[in-house]
Order: sequence, then structure tokens, then C-alpha cells
Amino acid sequence: MNKLLVSPSPHIHADVSTRSLMRDVVIALMPALLVSVVFYGWKELLVIGVSVASCVLLEYLITRFMLKKPSTIGDFSAVVTGILLALNLPATTPWWVVLIGAVFAIGVAKMTFGGLGQNVFNPAIAGRVFLLVSFPTYMTHWEMPQGLFGADAVTGATPLGQVKEGLLQGSTLSQILDVDYLQMLLTNIGGSAGELSAVALLAGFIYLLCRRVIKPHITLSIWVTVALVSLVFWLVNPERFTDPLFNLLTGGMILGSCFMATDYVTSPMSVMGGIVYGIGIGFITLMIRYFGSYPEGMSFAILIMNAVVPLLNRAFHQKKYGRA
Amino acid sequence: MNRTFSIGGVHPHDCKISRDCAIQPMPLPQTVYISVAQHIGAPAKPIVAVGDKVKVGQPVAEPGGFVSAYIHSSVSGTVKAIAPRADLAGNKQLCIEIAVEGDEWMEGIDTSDTLRTDFPDDNKEIIEKIRRGGVVGLGGATFPTHVKLSPPPGKVCEMLIINGCECEPYLTSDFRTLLEKGQQVVIGTAILKQALGVDKATIAIEENKPEAIEHINQVLTQMRKVSSKYTGITVMSLRKRYPQGGEKQLIDAVMHRQVKSGGLPIDVGAVVQNVATALAVYDAVQKNKPIVDNSITVTGECFPKQANLLVRVGTPLRAIIDYLGGMPADAVKVISGGPMMGKAISNLDAATVKGTSALLFLTEKQTRRKPESNCIRCGRCADACPMGLEPFLLNRLALNGRTDELEQNAVQDCIECGCCLYSCPACIPLLDHIRQAKAQVMGILRARAAAAKAAAGK
Amino acid sequence: MSQTIIWTITIITLLGLLLAVILWFIAEKFKVVEDPRIDEVEKVMPGANCGGCGFAGCRAFADSAVKAPNLDNHYCPVGGNDVMQKVAAILGHEVKAKAPAVAVVRCNGACSVRPVVNDYDGALSCKVKAALYSGDTGCAYGCLGCGDCVAACQFGALSMDPETGLPVVDEAKCTACGACTKACPKGIIEIRPKGPRGMRMFVSCMNKDHGPAVKKACANACIGCSICEKTCTHGAVVVENNVAYIDAAKCKLCRECEAFCPTGAIHAVNFPKPLDKDAVKARVNERKKKAAEAAAAAQAEPKKEETV
Repeated sequence: MNKLLVSPSPHIHADVSTRSLMRDVVIALMPALLVSVVFYGWKELLVIGVSVASCVLLEYLITRFMLKKPSTIGDFSAVVTGILLALNLPATTPWWVVLIGAVFAIGVAKMTFGGLGQNVFNPAIAGRVFLLVSFPTYMTHWEMPQGLFGADAVTGATPLGQVKEGLLQGSTLSQILDVDYLQMLLTNIGGSAGELSAVALLAGFIYLLCRRVIKPHITLSIWVTVALVSLVFWLVNPERFTDPLFNLLTGGMILGSCFMATDYVTSPMSVMGGIVYGIGIGFITLMIRYFGSYPEGMSFAILIMNAVVPLLNRAFHQKKYGRA
Repeated sequence: MNRTFSIGGVHPHDCKISRDCAIQPMPLPQTVYISVAQHIGAPAKPIVAVGDKVKVGQPVAEPGGFVSAYIHSSVSGTVKAIAPRADLAGNKQLCIEIAVEGDEWMEGIDTSDTLRTDFPDDNKEIIEKIRRGGVVGLGGATFPTHVKLSPPPGKVCEMLIINGCECEPYLTSDFRTLLEKGQQVVIGTAILKQALGVDKATIAIEENKPEAIEHINQVLTQMRKVSSKYTGITVMSLRKRYPQGGEKQLIDAVMHRQVKSGGLPIDVGAVVQNVATALAVYDAVQKNKPIVDNSITVTGECFPKQANLLVRVGTPLRAIIDYLGGMPADAVKVISGGPMMGKAISNLDAATVKGTSALLFLTEKQTRRKPESNCIRCGRCADACPMGLEPFLLNRLALNGRTDELEQNAVQDCIECGCCLYSCPACIPLLDHIRQAKAQVMGILRARAAAAKAAAGK
Repeated sequence: MSQTIIWTITIITLLGLLLAVILWFIAEKFKVVEDPRIDEVEKVMPGANCGGCGFAGCRAFADSAVKAPNLDNHYCPVGGNDVMQKVAAILGHEVKAKAPAVAVVRCNGACSVRPVVNDYDGALSCKVKAALYSGDTGCAYGCLGCGDCVAACQFGALSMDPETGLPVVDEAKCTACGACTKACPKGIIEIRPKGPRGMRMFVSCMNKDHGPAVKKACANACIGCSICEKTCTHGAVVVENNVAYIDAAKCKLCRECEAFCPTGAIHAVNFPKPLDKDAVKARVNERKKKAAEAAAAAQAEPKKEETV
């Protein structure tokens, strides 16, 4: 007879692991990846490939040779970081810039804090912001979607970039913008791969919700905040401030609110904390968009709120049974 | 949508594979080992000596305090030894070893199957009979029933809840009891209801047992015609969710009231008893039959012969396993109780006790813990905790020995249901550490209470 | 241009002065008057904050020691007599020298002699394991091997021997603070006097079961046979609850018990030479024989007188 196995209860485990959760996130990001490859062509494929490969390789090298621990790449978290980083970069980014972003994301933002679960800031966003500050030319060089087999690339500005530029030159919004919301929802917004198609991202988000990988409260809280705050500004001066729908559909709003702000590690544990966190992200994003010098503020907003998370965890707790 | 409790909970697979196996009595073993510590509270004191002849149902140990219970011989035969013996966890417990000779019952015990529907009006008599019958809560905690039936002065009971949830996966003995002994359970409920002096009693059953719900409803309609004592008893169907059978969760589900931290169910006007306890009350009051046997589910996918067995208290576990064809080759873990809260058995030579509800066999693949990895702060443990605690936080505090903060974060409220560890994707042994921390904090709280009492005494 | 520089310097200087004054007032206002000796005592303490003295840390010890009328209830096991002399000098108290002590592990049930009978799969913590059941070997009293003591030791004096699965004490690092004795749920670690030149003897087993059961569980265990108790001429060995215990105060380090122990449960450490068991046995047997002869002679003598 075998030796009896003895352990404290419970003796069974739910069919869920870090690996299965991360795999679901990768699956959820697939539609957005596909759309971006179809529209931006092989350049985007190169960015994604370099980003994912360097993130995974770096995590492997750091865990095995610097920390001398078993490798943690099997949990797919490095793959998720790689994909998110790629979706945050323009398709024209040179491979070595992507590599530097990956080094910062995994090497500095994740592993120096102790690896998965210990990092304060979302690694992919930290990587993106590092590149944005260090290589602004590459990071703001957008190419209009041309398709996988498209003709020569045409460079252009993102809608948010157009707005910022136009307002600085003293134009009014109605002179600058001529946007088709349906098109914005489907595809064809100039910008990074992840800003391309709101529908593809939302499909992934709904998949995550159905699989109960994430809860919707943070995302909803961001959307509601953005919608309400921009509504107020827009009503006050529609020629100076963009409208709610525009703000919800442009830039990194969908990618950020669905996939980056909801990152387990860097978001608050309690529902109430998550809502406050979402309000903060939505508000800061809009303030940067309206008054800041950068056209887009989603990444900065998430990073700033990441830093507040420990305080939110302290302030907000679960509702306990039998305690007021 | 059926009712359920309001905080946390998980949905493990049902796995009630033995649900169609009728309860069958197991043949008498050659020897039984009756532990004197089968209940919460002080161990009982043996009142027999080595060499004594005993009959089935004869008391062999008397209560060792107020919170304690009688223990009866479950077989007839000769007392061979009264000595410490390893229990299922390998710890030594005083046991009375009785060699079985025939099956002779004590005089006055009604062993027939006739149903007795009328019971005495005198509550004192009822409670004394329950005490004499050694009845303890058979839902897991084995708290002496007569203590629960004597609420502290000033506390009024508003509702008796009979727990037929059986929310643990695999277990089916309560379900079979409801189906096969439904009338007895209902009579037991009526007796408990009268003893507590309440008008309302609810038999709570989870919706995954529709046959039981229907059967008990039929029995109730039938019994209401017999006597007015059976009015006020209703069946409530609850949504399937673990740990619905937990006392505090069940009160929340049925009455929408929450017991305050450190309080008792009676504080919110509730008393909870298990289905098997109601049956034991019927036996003790109507048949003069103390707890000498209980039904045990023997199950597991790897176990070839599923069964719900009526087993005499003190039967060695090995005898049960051998009776059903021996240990399956691929079983690595044997659990006394369900997979969420049951105890893993390290010593198969141990014997059953009153509270043993199941023997569950699990394979390596089903039960081996996966290697622990970093907490990814997903918050699943906090979502699952039915007490609204934050296991990730408690675990971290426990590892650092921060007792003050553990107390602030209510580690003492933990009911050890296992939902946190069950749902952790990183397989962190949350409950292992939290259980330790809880014991430590409870010790501190008790010491503080004792000190306060001593100070008040001066 | 130069005016800007002058203004800047002036404003910064004034601001600095103003803040300094505010800080000084705050410091004065919130000054805590403390016995200066507390600081002095704390300075001579080891500063490990291990809690071995029974106080929360070195400062708590210092605070309590300064307020106490004498130092009877204050002893820093880490700093030992040297530190206590200094503390006594500061406070003007007398202090009695204590014999230096060290932690000893009273279990020698190595993996090779104590078979594992079941497979533990819970958290790697002795406390968790002990609360769950009697352990994964046949012995319910011995080391559980999860290393709670190692984790509790702040001085790095304990380590798990991968071969035996038992903790090993590094005598050079052990300060006898007692943290490990509190961490061990089985209570197998004891703080014992170090002994002359580190030489000491102890029974490395705590199993209270009866002989046959013990033997089945562990080949190295004390089986409570009482041979050591009978052999000892100093009354230092006592067998109680089926397990022997050597009283360090009475033990004369003659190693006779060690020679006779059938299972090797009695350990002698730091002796210069390995024990020559046969020589000791021969010596003891010789003595016993002589004693028996003497007794016989003593009994015989009165008879002689009678015959005379």
C-alpha cells in the first residue's frame, strides 16, 4: 500500500492557477493582436515578436542566473507583459527600442521588486512610459493603418494628437475634428496597435468577464468617471473640450481600462478600493488630456494610481460577517 | 431564485456519487474501540472496568462536566482494556476496548421499526432523555445537544433551523437519512422545537436534493394531520453553495441575520441542529436508544464500492474498508468527513466516533497540493471567504507573527471552511497559517477574558 | 543680476533661520524626559532585539532594568555575563554570574533510523504539522523537520542537516536566547549549561511511549530501560515517563551511562577523545563486582564472628 498522504483541509482545489488566469488574458488579447497585425502588417508582427520574446527571455535569465531560483516563465505573466507592451507601441518602433522597453518593464519594474505579485507599477505601462520619455520621436511617430499588404506608409497623428496640436495653434474643436465614431469603434484610428480597434479589445474584455478572470468594477468606474467629468467640461465649452464619447473611444482608454488598470497585482483588493482607484484613473487621464502637455494621459494616470494602491488597500476592506 | 448566504462562498463540484446507495447496516466488527472524547468539551469518565460485561446501549462513560456527554457501548461483549490509543491523527486518546459477543441490547430500548409520533409534553423529561442518550451535534462540531437546548437566561429562541444542506461535496449520508428516515427526522424536529419553546422550525435543504425536499414536504403534510405539534415546521430550499451548512452562514441564508463576532446563534434568536442530530433525538426520546451507530458515507471516484453504511460507534476504520473490498490501489488520501473540512487520516487503525460522517478516498491527482507560487493579489480568497475576511492579509500577518493586527483583522472569526485555499490560484497554504494564527489569537483573547474576570472578581 | 543673487541669498537665509527657530520650539515643546541611564544601558546591550530576555527588545529591557530595584529578574542571555557586568556597573547593582548555556536538540531520530510512515503535504511549518497530527514518523514526540527553529533563530546558529533531517546547533553562534525552544511545538530543544570546555551530556530523545512501541518507531530512541539510571553513581540520571533525563548540575561527565545505553540516545559532545565503550564497561563491571564482593563480604563477616 502507498504511504497515506496527510495534509490540513481543504483536500481539493479549484481548477484555477496563475498559469490558467494568465492564459485567459493572453487569449483575451488575441483579437486585438490579430487586428493590429492585419492593419499594420509585418512591422507590427516584429514589434510583438521582439517584445514577447525579450520579456520571456529576460524573466528566464533573471530568475535563473541572478536570483538563482526556479524560472517563473511558466506562469505566462511575462507573455502578458510582452503583449501589452507591444500593444502600447507604434508599429514603426525599431526593434532595439522595443528591447529596451522590455528590459525596463521586466528587469526594472517587475523583477527588482521581487517578481510577479510584488511589483508596485504595472510593468508594461512602466516600460511604455520609460520609452515615451526616453525616445519621444519613435513613440509619437504614428503611421496610418495600411493593411498587411498595404502600399507605402502614410504618417499621421492620432486623434488626440490632432486635438492637442490644433488647440495649441488656436483652432477650435469643430475646425480640428471630423471623426466618425463608428469607425473609431471598429478600427482605423491612427495610434499604437492597442488603440486600433475598440471592438476587438472589448471582445477580449467580455471574454475575461465571462471566464470570471476579472471583475468589471474598476473598468466601469473609469468609464463612468471619464464620461461624467468630460460631459461637464464639454457642456461648459464644446469648442475647447472634447465630448465624452470621443474620450472613451480614443487613445489607450479601452486598452488601459480593460487590461492595464485591471491588472491584479497593481490594483486594489477590495471592490470599494477598486472603484476609488478607477475614479482616480479616469479623472487624472482627463486632466492630462485637457490641460497637460501630452495628448494622452492613460498610462500616467494608471502609474500614479498604482502608487496609491497600498493606501487604498489600507483604507478599504471587505464587508465582514457579523461586524458593523 | 432560492436564498443563500450573503458573503463569499464557492461552488465546488457536487460529486455526490453515492446518492443512490441506500443506508445499509454494516455487520458487527470483532472489536470496537470507544473513545471517551467524542464531543466538544470535557472528556467523559469511564464507569466500567476491564472484564465487565456490557450490552448495547449501556452507558460506559459519564459526562466529565456540564459541556460533556454520556457515551454508550455500541456492542455487547466484554471490556478488554481501558487505555490510550492512537486516534485518526495519531494522537493518544483514552479508549474503551470491547470484544464483541453476540448483539444483546439493554432492556427498555425499542429496536423495532414502529414509528412513534406522540411525544411527552414535559420538556425537562425530553432534555434529560437527550442527555442520557449522549446526543451530540452530528453536523461536525459534536457539541452536546442538551447544552444547546438550554439557552442562557434572557435569550429567546425564535427559530429552530434543521441543517440538511450537506454542502460538502461527496457526502450523502444526511440526504439518505432525509429520504429514508424522513418521518423520524420530522418527529425529532418537532421534539426539538417543543423543547426550545419555539413556534417556527425550518428544515433547510440545498436545491441539489429535490427528492429530499419533496419527500419531507409530503411527510410534513401527513404529520400535520396527526397532531398540532407538527405545525410551524417548513422546508426551505436553498441555493447550492459552500459553506451553506456552516452555522453562521445558514442563519444568514434562512433568517437574513448575522451572528455578531464572538456571539452565539441564540443571540439572533436561532438554534441550528443537524438532520442526523434530529434523528438521534427521535431515537433517544421515542425509542430510548442512545447514539450507538451513525450513518457514514464511504465514497470517492477511486473507491469501487460506494456505500452509505450504518456503522456502530467505535468500529475500526480498517474494518469498514475491508468490508467494502479493501483500499483501492490508487487512493493516497483517506479523509474522515468531506473534502473541504474533513481530516486526513494518518492512522487507519483508528476507530469511528459519533461525529464521523464519511470516509472519502482521493487519488494523488485529486488531492496533491500544487507547488506554492507568489501571491498575485487577485483577491479571490477575499471574494471566497464567507466571513468577509481577507485571507491574503491574514496569511501575511500570520507569517510575521503580528498578533495585534491579526486580531484587528478578525482572524478569530475564521470558520476554517477552506474556501480561501480552495480558490487560490497560486496555491498558497493560506488556511494552514491562518488556522495557527487563529488559535494563537483565540488563546490571547481567552487569557484576556480570564484576566478581566479575575479583575472583576476582586 | 547681482540684485537677484543677493535677494535669493537673503530670503533663503531668513527662511532657514525661521525654520530652525520653529524646529527648536517644537523640539523643546515635545521633549520627553527620560532617565539617561536607559540610553547608556541600551548602548552596552547586544542590540539584537531577540526577546530572549523576556522583554520586547533591548530598549524595553534597558527601561525595565533601570526601573527595577535589582537585576535578579533581568538577564541578557545573548550578551551573557560580560554585558550584565556592564549593565550592573551603570546601574550600581550586583549581578550574579550565570553559567553559559547553549541550545541542544533532544531528538536524534535521523531519517535513516526513524522511518517515515506517511506523506505530509501541508505548509512547511512545524506548528501547522503538529496541530494537524502526530507527525509523519511513528514517533509522536520527535523532530518534525520543517525548520521552525531555524526560522526563529536570529543568530544563524541553527541549520537543518539535509542528511539526518534534524536541526544542528552551531555552538559558536548560539546565544541561548531561547527563541528556538519557543518555536518548537514538540519542545525538543532545551537550553542547557555549556559545561566545562563545552563538554556536556544529555539524552537526545523525548519519547514517552513504552519500549517496544518506541523501538518500532525509531532505532535511536530512549526506550526507558533505566540502565543509565542504575549505572550512574552521581544520581544525575532519572527515568520518568519512560524517558531518561540527565541533570546537568549533578552530572560529572564520567560517560558511564553513555557506554551502557543500548540505543545511543545519550549524547556526549566536545569531549577530547572518543569514548572507549569496552574500557568503561569493563571498569564499571569491575567496580560492580568489587561492590558485590564487598557486600557479600560485609554480609559474610558477621557470620564469621558468629562462628568464632
